[in-house]
Amino acid sequence: MTTLALTRTHFRFLLLENLRVPIAVGSAAIFPALSLLFFVVPFGFGDDVVAATSAVIQLAVFGVLSSFLFTFGVGVADDREKAWDPYVRTLPAAATPRIVGRLLTGFVFALIAIVPVTIVGAALTSASVTPLRFVAGLVAMLVAGLPFLLGGLAVGYSMPVKAALPVTQLIFFPLAFAGGLFLPPQLFPGWLQTISELLPSRGARDVVIWAAQGIAPSVLTVVSFVVWVVATSALAGWAYRRDEGRRFR
Amino acid sequence: MTSTGADIHRLPDRHVARARGVSRRFGTTVALDGVDLDVAAGTVTGLLGPNGAGKSTLLSLLTGLRRTDSGVVQLFGGDPTDPARRRRLGVTPQETGLPDTLRVGEVLGFVSRHYPQPRPAGEVLEKFGLSGLARRQCGGLSGGQKRRLAVALAFVGDPALVVLDEPTTGLDVEARRALWDGVREFHRGGGTVLLTSHYLDEIEELAQRVVVIGGGKVLTEGDTASIRRVVGLSLVELRARTLPALPGVVRTETEGERHRLHTPDADQLVRDLVRSGAAFHDLQVRTASLEEAFLTLTEVAA
Repeated sequence: MTTLALTRTHFRFLLLENLRVPIAVGSAAIFPALSLLFFVVPFGFGDDVVAATSAVIQLAVFGVLSSFLFTFGVGVADDREKAWDPYVRTLPAAATPRIVGRLLTGFVFALIAIVPVTIVGAALTSASVTPLRFVAGLVAMLVAGLPFLLGGLAVGYSMPVKAALPVTQLIFFPLAFAGGLFLPPQLFPGWLQTISELLPSRGARDVVIWAAQGIAPSVLTVVSFVVWVVATSALAGWAYRRDEGRRFR
Repeated sequence: MTSTGADIHRLPDRHVARARGVSRRFGTTVALDGVDLDVAAGTVTGLLGPNGAGKSTLLSLLTGLRRTDSGVVQLFGGDPTDPARRRRLGVTPQETGLPDTLRVGEVLGFVSRHYPQPRPAGEVLEKFGLSGLARRQCGGLSGGQKRRLAVALAFVGDPALVVLDEPTTGLDVEARRALWDGVREFHRGGGTVLLTSHYLDEIEELAQRVVVIGGGKVLTEGDTASIRRVVGLSLVELRARTLPALPGVVRTETEGERHRLHTPDADQLVRDLVRSGAAFHDLQVRTASLEEAFLTLTEVAA
């Protein structure tokens, strides 16, 4: 039983389990595409390729972030309430295959989430990137999602599903808006621009735009994004240890 | 590490699982307080205790889910949190913890891929009366079928030790018999079983040795007959203004005129009561629940 083979086993199992709940897969994917269709396509960016591309990218980032929050926040909270997870931990496998399997599953669903918005963007707007930039953008998406992956884990390990779901949505929508995932932040008033640069959602957006379009973010945005990654990983670690002490009476 | 921790490594390896001076607390709750347990190879050992006694915590330590605060647990001579030590261990998911959207065959396949020499899925399904259900989603199984699948998962990896936590909760009479037969057959083939229950009858049916746990401690242990004598108490309730001293009463609770007498032999107690000539009324005799028997045990021990 190599770690690789076991990781594949866990990955396949989690993938199957989640794919059988199509509503969860679909909702994360449909929203960005619909937003693009209703709020961007009708107004058009004409021949402004850069603006159109940014509009598609920021909605794709929205899809990735909400997918991460959902699979790692609500998904983990859900696992904790089931007796299956402790059972799996008694099987002769280390923690690595389980954790890597879950990460890979989250990545796959994040990628699925951006397929519709990418297709709509390519077909109905003037958005365009080179193949190399496209791949760089995809990789950047995973980096961009880190604070949300970790923040999701923190929520998932500290709350029951019933609380995790509304809390996730309550935090996410203002963050998404102020981070410039719906409207380009250039349209914000000055004070909101400053707040925006301090948010992890803005950092996520700018990191992907950096990779896919070569537009560098501000230093403040990058620094605060790194701070968010550190802070959310500390929070996730704390929530995990606290949870471990509470379960299994 | 205490001195008992060092001793454990010198003992001969005929125990598949053991605990020495094990304590575990969760916040301010003490779940286990200095517990010793030996599970010898080829035996069926029953852990008996009411809910919240610490049975599940002890199992979670032995199956590698948790670490001890102090003391040592061993599984096949090593640390249960090391995955390699769990290769010959079979465990049952608690309650109805199966993933609803996955098919029975997929769940079996997932579990069996963790073991070097798993049993064929068909054989396992047949043994637990689940033949023909491999393509069914777990969420679509009946309650009894779910429980049977959960128990079957413990046997998929061809284990040497099977740990069954409350295995027959939620099973109908027929399924319970089938499970008991399965456990006996596994035992005849040389397998070791550690099971928990809060029913003495169930433990008596299967185990040769019983370890009684209450309040995080081992209260007593022994063969089933001796445990029955200690735990299998009857409760004689009556109203009487005065009560004579009676032999064979382990514990008496009195509230005004109401008396509750705990005794191993209710027949003899009633005979003695009548012979004493004491005036009494509202006589009731029933089997003491395990919880009541435990209260007696804990008080006698204190």
